[in-house]
Amino acid sequence: MMALGLVVYGVLALLAVALVGAFAARQRDAGTVVYSLCLAISGAIAIAALGSLAGPGAEAAFPIGLPGLGSHLRVDPLAACFLVIVDLGAAAASLYAIGYGAHEHEPQRVLPFYPLFLAGMNLVVVADDAYTFLFAWELMSLASWALVMSHHREAGNARAGYIYLVMASFGTLALLMAFGVLAGGSGFGFAAMRAAHPGAVSGAVVLGLALVGAGSKAGLAPLHVWLPLAHPAAPSHVSALMSGVMTKVAIYGFIRIVFDLLGPTVWWWSMPVLLVGGLTAALGVLHALMERDLKRLLAYSTIENIGIIFLALGLALAFRANGLPAGAALALTAGLFHAFNHMLFKSVLFFGAGAVLTATGERDIEKLGGLIHRMPISSGAFLVAAMAIAALPPLNGFASEWLAFQAIFVSPALPQWGLKVLVPAVGTLLALAAALVAACFVRAFGILYLGRPRTKVAETAVETDRFSLLAMLVLCGLCVLAGLLPGVVIDALAPSVQALAGARMPAQIGTAWLTIVPVVDARSSYNGLMIGLFLVIVAWGSAVLVHRVAGRATRRSRPWDCGYPGLGPLAQYSAASLSQPLRRVLGAVVFRSREVVDMPEPGTLRAASIAKSIIDPVWVGVFAPLGIAVAYVAGKVNHLQFLTIRRYLGIVFLLLVALLLMVGVGG
Amino acid sequence: MHSLSFDVAHMLAGFLVLLSFMMLYQDRLGALINALAAQAVVLSLSVAWQAIIQEAPHLFITAGLAIGFKAVVIPMALRRIIVKLGIDREIETVGGTGLTMLAGIGLVALSLQVVLPVTGGSDPVSREDIALALSVVLLGLLMMVTRRNAVSQVIGFMSLENGIVLAATGARGMPLVVEISVAFSILIAFIVVGIFLFRIRERFDTVDVQALDRFRGERR
Repeated sequence: MMALGLVVYGVLALLAVALVGAFAARQRDAGTVVYSLCLAISGAIAIAALGSLAGPGAEAAFPIGLPGLGSHLRVDPLAACFLVIVDLGAAAASLYAIGYGAHEHEPQRVLPFYPLFLAGMNLVVVADDAYTFLFAWELMSLASWALVMSHHREAGNARAGYIYLVMASFGTLALLMAFGVLAGGSGFGFAAMRAAHPGAVSGAVVLGLALVGAGSKAGLAPLHVWLPLAHPAAPSHVSALMSGVMTKVAIYGFIRIVFDLLGPTVWWWSMPVLLVGGLTAALGVLHALMERDLKRLLAYSTIENIGIIFLALGLALAFRANGLPAGAALALTAGLFHAFNHMLFKSVLFFGAGAVLTATGERDIEKLGGLIHRMPISSGAFLVAAMAIAALPPLNGFASEWLAFQAIFVSPALPQWGLKVLVPAVGTLLALAAALVAACFVRAFGILYLGRPRTKVAETAVETDRFSLLAMLVLCGLCVLAGLLPGVVIDALAPSVQALAGARMPAQIGTAWLTIVPVVDARSSYNGLMIGLFLVIVAWGSAVLVHRVAGRATRRSRPWDCGYPGLGPLAQYSAASLSQPLRRVLGAVVFRSREVVDMPEPGTLRAASIAKSIIDPVWVGVFAPLGIAVAYVAGKVNHLQFLTIRRYLGIVFLLLVALLLMVGVGG
Repeated sequence: MHSLSFDVAHMLAGFLVLLSFMMLYQDRLGALINALAAQAVVLSLSVAWQAIIQEAPHLFITAGLAIGFKAVVIPMALRRIIVKLGIDREIETVGGTGLTMLAGIGLVALSLQVVLPVTGGSDPVSREDIALALSVVLLGLLMMVTRRNAVSQVIGFMSLENGIVLAATGARGMPLVVEISVAFSILIAFIVVGIFLFRIRERFDTVDVQALDRFRGERR
């Protein structure tokens, strides 16, 4: 009960803070006040939600909203679980923004909408009827759109905002229709939807609409195109929220509709989810590998992680439809765990990108480098988060992806051949994506922080402020903790998994040495603590050994420069050169990437050049034809604007007669 | 008494529809205005009859308004307009009278088919009234669509409005204020349309709306 009450008061308080932000934005310290209040509110909600993770849940109804429906709120374990994700991320972003927000040039464009954005996300999670859900969903979309547009004068941001708005409206439309099908005759309260079970076909329609509606917000291919445009356009703490938290709210919407409201599942419903999840993961990381804008790279990596989560959710659907609750529990736990983890490390990565942006004003990693010496603490945090996202043990990313793979290994128990073939195939995509993510973040971290600075701004960068560092370090600490003690998280997720999958994973706290055992002991087990200890001991031991045997002295000398004395920092290995092999192998197929090398004959003084091009298959294959089709239809119906009055009357008349005919003949 | 009241209401409403059909094929503007006035008279009789059988004296005001405005003021004004415009002797080409009449018959059948099933439980008087009122509305619309002369389009609009008043009075409990405001809005619409007619005439030397289309450069 406490969490629900706190959310209600918290949302009201956030609305009040938004007012403060709107009217006092130009005052000195307005940002500090607004962000501190947001930090306090979301921190309190997060703590209360932690307390209600195990249930029993609470409900409340308010007589505002649609007549006859009102608005219903409810906190069950699933909602509590996502409240933790939302408000932990929001608290961290607010803490970060206390420092980062001081660099904002136009705070009046950010401060009113930031609390609204938080309020919208909180409301979505606790909504218990379709109207409240959609209202909160739109509040979240519009507030985040306003935040994306806060730097609207920078090149490309207006277009990003426009595309985001189109996609968000499209997604909400799909969700609206999904709720319409779900409601049928029973009404728009979630309780009524839970009680009514649509058939296999209308259920599939709901699933498809939910996949489109929630997927467009989360960034599922091919609806992901707005994400790499809009997430980087916002201020960095908002980027962190959009990437780390808002995509999780979209996942919550999908889980709520498909696992909770839809009722019993049919096995083939899982196939599109699995397929789209796998393809999104692979496509997202491939894009991230080619990207040189740091924040866009992170946004593409978000798409990849969303793919992983949807893949896990698809597996859970398949298991649940086949009456294998243990497998469903495993897959669903993996999905939820990964959602939590992604919130942690993606926030840190965006905070790091924001720190770099503040220090250098530059997002292009090819123009940075060597920042580890100038920003030691934030580079350390970025490194930990990058290792976590690359799924290196003993960090949290490994634990959740390992669980997802364990769920894939249970898939031979599925009876249908379609799934027996599909699951290993998407598992391969997942494995490919996991490997490429490691490459992607080696590239990002290496180019950004290692080597020598490529430009003047990178040379003169300074470490970011204390609040930002604190936010990054806290989340990094949670990454490490969740990686070392995954059992605690798994047990915390168990009540919501129990409610949705019909079973829970075996209790992990209390197993010997804090090992996690997904299915049975003999099959597989993982102990983050042990691996962590082992890694620390081995790394420390070898470092000591190396220094003892080789000596501590650092020797400085001029490197061999092939006889060419003008080697500057620009001659270093670059981001493009790091990704070149992958671009040639995979990009030639997926992105139709081409390289045009112009090498002058020996003796000519012309400069050599290399031009490379990649084509986004989704833009070319899906959205460009769609745009052409819309323009064509619009051109065709354009002359409707220039008809004579009689023709307009005639159209109205014929339409009226047609409608009457439908009523008369049909009725 | 009940059956008599039903029969009279039915007859008057049927008369309205008949007059609509008359307007549909009438190609002389003077005769068209006469038909409109006659329809208004029948409408006011019908409304008065409704006032008697529903024991709703305020409907007499509506009937008075219908007689006053629609049977006297508007036809007189229309007649003045066509005399001033010099088109009172003109014969309008009404394309395909037979086809238009057939379409009109189809519309009446359609409105009966639509209204009668859905109003199954209600009072038979208002059922028939609403069905016939819908036919009058559709016929008025049909007239507006088929005519080219702006004046006869206005007449079609007025006839359409007669149907709306018939439906409104047939249903019990329609407040007087609604009917009065409808009557006045019609009057205002009429004034506006009258002004426009003269403006159009001033500019294009005709009230054939095709001239407007030619002016806008539409392909014909």
